[in-house]
Amino acid sequence: MASLTRRSTRAVGDPGAILEVGHLAKSWAGEVVVDDLSFSVPAATCFGLLGPNGAGKTTTLRCCLGLSELDGGEVRLAGRAIPGEARLARARVGVVPQADNLDPDFTCHENLLVYGRYFGIADTLIAERIPQLLDFAGLAGKQDAPIQTLSGGMKRRLTLARALINDPDILFLDEPTTGLDPQARHLIWERLKRLVAEGKTLLLTTHFMDEAERLCDRLAILDRGRIIAEGAPRGLISKHIEPQVVEVFGDDAVDWARKRMVLGERVEAAGDTAFVYCLDPAPLLSALAGEAQLRFVHRAASLEDVFLKLTGRDLRD
Amino acid sequence: MRLARLHLPRPGLRWLPVWRRNFLVWRKLAVPSLLGNLADPLIYMLGLGYGLGSLMPAIDGVDYLGFLAAGTVVASTMHAATFEALYSAFSRMHVQKTWEAILNTPLSLDEVLAGELFWAASKSLFSGLAILAVVAALGLVSSVYALAAIPVIFLTGAAFAALGLVVCALAPSFDFFMYYFTLFLTPMLLISGVFFPAGQLPAAIQAIAGWLPLAHAVQLVRPLLLGELPDDPLGHLAVLLLVAGLGFWIACVLARRRLLA
Repeated sequence: MASLTRRSTRAVGDPGAILEVGHLAKSWAGEVVVDDLSFSVPAATCFGLLGPNGAGKTTTLRCCLGLSELDGGEVRLAGRAIPGEARLARARVGVVPQADNLDPDFTCHENLLVYGRYFGIADTLIAERIPQLLDFAGLAGKQDAPIQTLSGGMKRRLTLARALINDPDILFLDEPTTGLDPQARHLIWERLKRLVAEGKTLLLTTHFMDEAERLCDRLAILDRGRIIAEGAPRGLISKHIEPQVVEVFGDDAVDWARKRMVLGERVEAAGDTAFVYCLDPAPLLSALAGEAQLRFVHRAASLEDVFLKLTGRDLRD
Repeated sequence: MRLARLHLPRPGLRWLPVWRRNFLVWRKLAVPSLLGNLADPLIYMLGLGYGLGSLMPAIDGVDYLGFLAAGTVVASTMHAATFEALYSAFSRMHVQKTWEAILNTPLSLDEVLAGELFWAASKSLFSGLAILAVVAALGLVSSVYALAAIPVIFLTGAAFAALGLVVCALAPSFDFFMYYFTLFLTPMLLISGVFFPAGQLPAAIQAIAGWLPLAHAVQLVRPLLLGELPDDPLGHLAVLLLVAGLGFWIACVLARRRLLA
């Protein structure tokens, strides 16, 4: 035990971090889900956990909240040791879960009131906060609306408002925009940015790369329970991938691109599309100009390219 | 099963907001809910009481309807607590993910279950009291001893709520509950002295009934409604308390395994 504690003080002990995870390990039904995971989240930043389905993102969140037994490693959240002081830690945390679990029997107002009571907040104080929270969530005037009458985007926003009822220091957001239309997604992004500007910390899981690129100050890419890359979004792109991408489509696009490997640094194929990664796209673009049967798109490399390079293009179900 | 999951329940007082949540839902549907809990047992009681009762001699000096009244109070308490701890709690745990939402707050799982236990016991108390009121209005209650039946009704509800939560924590789906009804509740209902004195039954079955919480609840409530003191009240109360306590502990362990693994 003593040696474990000594190691932990090295792994976990940064005073500026609101969440620290050191050598976290978790198996489930004999399968390793989280494998020696370490990261730390500085206060008032947005940290992203990216990964394909089954990479261990949700399990990591559950372990951090003290809702899953740790097999190894340690977690400190909001100054509290997890799982020992998880309840005290959770008092400082707001959670937006992956699937909506609003109370279907209640109105918007009742949902927030009942949830605030779980934190031991007095009814009068909750009642003061509710109009502000509904306003923040773009649900002003909806206090008496039953949950069934809300759209998917409205439910997500109400869930976000609910997660803020205890004025938390850190928010856990598990795929907060999955299943939303672009308008609803942009609204959520704008609100989340506002929260970070106000000094709240966000821990976000997602598999939308544009979401991560927009919101996250730092992110970690998880695959099979391990962190395979970590850094700022732009930094990860410049470190792991060529800056320019030309996507070439068409029947023999892949063969065509492979024969011209010399024009790019690297070619990846997905179906009838060739992704040519290059430092200077000019020679490839001029070669493409003479190929009327091929269509193409030229763009800057994105986080998605990094993600696909590091985790592969195979399906993960 | 990890040993760490076997510890005794440690609910603080934070279960109260869970109880209040369920109460708030119930308040919206209180009238149909109470009517549903009231009508069915009363129809059975009056139908059997007058119909069968007219063919029967008095039982221990009481006419059949008077005998059946206590059984109806206890059996409907059992059913109300059971339905709440099975179907309603399972829906909150598994379908609506209400428990999951609550576990993201400072509440512990033990407290969520304690809130459910006390809520199911409270709801069964509402049902039991409603039946008791009707039974009294029909002139079937002969003394103020009946007031002592009220805490017994709550404890009976708590015992069956605890058992229900055990089944709830084990259930893969709603269909699973049929086993509990068919294999446990229905046979128990018939050998616990609800409809006829358990003394009618073969000794072996009476011995089994001696272990069943419903039989102990009946033996407490029936004399109280008839203006008598129960025999061995502490023994009966101890059994109900033991079932409630042990059931709650097992439900906590199973729920930890299911939800906090």
